[in-house]
Amino acid sequence: MTTKKSQIIVVGNGMVGYKFCEKLRNSDTEDRYQVTVFGEEPWPAYDRVHLSSYFTNTDPHKLQMAPRSWYAENKVELRTNELVTLIDKENRVVVNHLGESFPYDYLVLATGSSAFVPPVPGVDKKGVFVYRTMEDLEAILAYGKKVKSAAVLGGGLLGLEAAKAVMDMGLEAHVVELAPRLMPNQLDEQGAALLRSKLESLGIGIHLGKMTKEIQGNGKLTGLAFQDGSFLETEMLVISAGIKPRDELAAKAGLELGKRGGILVNDALQTTDRHIYAIGEAAVHRDKVYGLVAPGYEMASQVVNQLLDKETKPFLGFDMSTKLKLIGVEVGSFGDPFGTSEPSHPISFEDKAKGQYKRINISEDGKRLIGGVLVGDSSSFGMLLQMTQNGMPLPPSPEDLILGGRDGKSNNPMEGLEALPEGAQICSCENVTKGDICQHVEDTASGDLGQIKKCTKAGTGCGGCLPMINDLAKHQLKKMGKTVKNVICEHFPYSRQELFDIVKIKGIKSYNQLLDEFGEGDGCEICKPAVASILASVWNEMILRQDTIQDTNDRFLANIQKGGTYSVVPRIPGGEITPEKLIVIGQVAQEYNLYTKITGGQRIDMFGARVDQLPDIWEKLIAAGFESGHAYGKSLRTVKSCVGSTWCRYGVQDSVSFAIRVEERYRGLRSPHKLKGGVSGCIRECAEAQSKDFGVIATEKGWNIYVGGNGGSKPQHAKLLVNDVDTETCIRYLDRFLMFYIKTAEPLQRTATWLNKLEGGLDYLRDVVVNDCLGIGRELEKEMDFMVTTYSCEWKEVVNNPELRAKFKHFVNAEEEDPNVQFQPIRGQKIPVDWKS
Amino acid sequence: MIDLLEKYPKVVEDEVVFWYKAAPASAFPENGGACVKYKDLQIAVFNFSRKGEWYACQNLCPHRMQMILSRGMIGSSGEEPKVACPFHKKTFSLKTGENLNGDTCAITTYPVKIEDGYVYVGFDSGYS
Repeated sequence: MTTKKSQIIVVGNGMVGYKFCEKLRNSDTEDRYQVTVFGEEPWPAYDRVHLSSYFTNTDPHKLQMAPRSWYAENKVELRTNELVTLIDKENRVVVNHLGESFPYDYLVLATGSSAFVPPVPGVDKKGVFVYRTMEDLEAILAYGKKVKSAAVLGGGLLGLEAAKAVMDMGLEAHVVELAPRLMPNQLDEQGAALLRSKLESLGIGIHLGKMTKEIQGNGKLTGLAFQDGSFLETEMLVISAGIKPRDELAAKAGLELGKRGGILVNDALQTTDRHIYAIGEAAVHRDKVYGLVAPGYEMASQVVNQLLDKETKPFLGFDMSTKLKLIGVEVGSFGDPFGTSEPSHPISFEDKAKGQYKRINISEDGKRLIGGVLVGDSSSFGMLLQMTQNGMPLPPSPEDLILGGRDGKSNNPMEGLEALPEGAQICSCENVTKGDICQHVEDTASGDLGQIKKCTKAGTGCGGCLPMINDLAKHQLKKMGKTVKNVICEHFPYSRQELFDIVKIKGIKSYNQLLDEFGEGDGCEICKPAVASILASVWNEMILRQDTIQDTNDRFLANIQKGGTYSVVPRIPGGEITPEKLIVIGQVAQEYNLYTKITGGQRIDMFGARVDQLPDIWEKLIAAGFESGHAYGKSLRTVKSCVGSTWCRYGVQDSVSFAIRVEERYRGLRSPHKLKGGVSGCIRECAEAQSKDFGVIATEKGWNIYVGGNGGSKPQHAKLLVNDVDTETCIRYLDRFLMFYIKTAEPLQRTATWLNKLEGGLDYLRDVVVNDCLGIGRELEKEMDFMVTTYSCEWKEVVNNPELRAKFKHFVNAEEEDPNVQFQPIRGQKIPVDWKS
Repeated sequence: MIDLLEKYPKVVEDEVVFWYKAAPASAFPENGGACVKYKDLQIAVFNFSRKGEWYACQNLCPHRMQMILSRGMIGSSGEEPKVACPFHKKTFSLKTGENLNGDTCAITTYPVKIEDGYVYVGFDSGYS
């Protein structure tokens, strides 16, 4: 066919307007349509759902749905900064604010909504804002710098988002809600009460059942006067009390509106003119305006399907289930949270100590879940939502759904996945079903999450379904009979432990040799550093002999930071340092204008060194008696100590001397992941040794050894391996423990995870290390002795080796430095200019 | 920062009008990369010495706009030669420039040739 292409005009370049274009372009494979989209804002569509992140990072590109180049590449004409002022539906033409006309065959109104501003006297005062667009946010940010407190009018979803935003700005935050509870559309009384107490404990003032009578202030805001006579002092007010569909353009064109505003659409999302559709928050469907993005996306899909003559089904409303993390508090609401849509009975459970409330509503016949509320822990949200939406049969004791399996009863999420029908919607933002995801896994024979996101779009909206997608992918792989064997990557069909043995037994000393003899392909960023670590743990040779298999930190023996400069950390064993050495650090930092900061491991980090400066800096540090701190390596970092019995009136052992001995013993030891140690001089544990991979705590009789502790995102206390051992035995057991871990752990597995997954757990580890049940104790000690005696400072070697030194430069063909490295000042020091995020 | 990206338009081998003589091949590490400066461009050049192949791309990682890719580890994904950004391990095909493990935008790749022991990077009329 050579007929002229039909023209679609989209009015509104918000999330839904953009999604319409994306979906159309993905499906319009025959190129039937020309698309023009008008946006009144100066920039392309951005993610309004995560607008509050703009408060902590003001780079607007981060929030963009797609860059301008996307529109060009996909033949979508994007006209930003243009307002459509008129629709002439008889002649099928729209007119923009410049008076230019644009003909259309189909018009899609995705004009969105504006903030609903209640008619309260004083809303026009200075200091009153709405929370809706990027420009609103900029105004709020600017004004927020001049004040100390802010109130948010509206205790719903958006209002609480806004409250988080003002709290992030460092302001005293208050939330004012007309209803007697927070999130009245999603939470029941008990759930809302728990949310309230959690938010109050974070310092947010919550004011419920408050009808605002007047916003007071003489020019500038002073506070809110309520109907009940009370008064809230505040210098700023952010209104986030709901939305008002942007229907003025449609109204002017004579399209029919809903009773309370909004562009009226039928089940096909057509307005009263069949060439004009309305989608998203601007539309009112069966008396309902949908103020969430998922239903808007669904509407966009349906219109795309109609325009491309694909199978269509009527839009019959949308599930308004939501899950979100509000200021660190997880909240979920699904199906009918109140159980009022049909006769039902609720089961609820509250744990005040843990701050959790869960409620499920069970149908009268006890066979189906119809909805519920989760506060404090929404980990079961995905499963419960699926059961609700798919009418899945309930277990015999439905309370298990919120209490978890007890009495050894299984609570395996995989079993639930199996029961889900193929059509179960896993990602509601993008409407991706279980079948879609399983099909992708089956076709690609891979459970790679990135690929699943890319190909199916699942998990690319709010991201709440990602854990479930991951479980589903694993489940599907297993079903396909693909054993999920722990091979390190596509280039080596071996686990790390197997490779370790191969390297050792076959005497392999280079990555290339290992790849030639036992692997395939060219390697990758996973196997290269993993093998580099194994080679170092077995042979302890200078790692820069094979510099291109090292991660960048190991390749340049420093920690890469934003902007591409590095930080430098000399070793300060046990955190003990002389004034002379402190002065040297100060002098070096001053000479190279480095940002300095005390680290968590009792040493000093110097930031902002260019790659070409590193050898010069180290030459000076080494001359003053410093050596590499290996802060860049998956290797021993520090052994933290308290001051111990030499000074401390409570100390029972000399923890500093022992920490220095241990740190100097294991310095430079390469391991699957970083290693941290601690030594405390008494039971008061000031060195926090129980949060380390290995911790030693002094007792009256000797030392207690703890292993497998971890800080970080999943903190875990170290477990007691053995009591009251003398110093030499302590060292011996540490040798054995560390070497056993190094030989058997997966790549990038900390000791805590390793111990959690070790079959037989702590008892088995004790059997190996203390009771020597495998008879390898001697061997482990010998291997560690080899590491200790072959240690040498990597930086010393580089400084004294002109060939290695020459590798430290930015350009291969020019002596100059990277001109893109830029800094800005902060509190008398420098930091890199922020990167695009 | 977006402007930085626009300095790296795609170059295909057939349209090369100028080969820039960058540096001796021996100056590049084996199975690794180094950064070449050409006018105000930074080009990452990679020496796949295991296979005797060379690739080049913009040094700029488009994910966080960092001049860094030359310091990344190289390797392969199936048959596709790739580089991993040191910052967040975004991997890019050195043939097509496509981001292989996410939806970061693609990078520009450049033709490379070796003559008389020297590495040459090809530019088209847009940047010669």
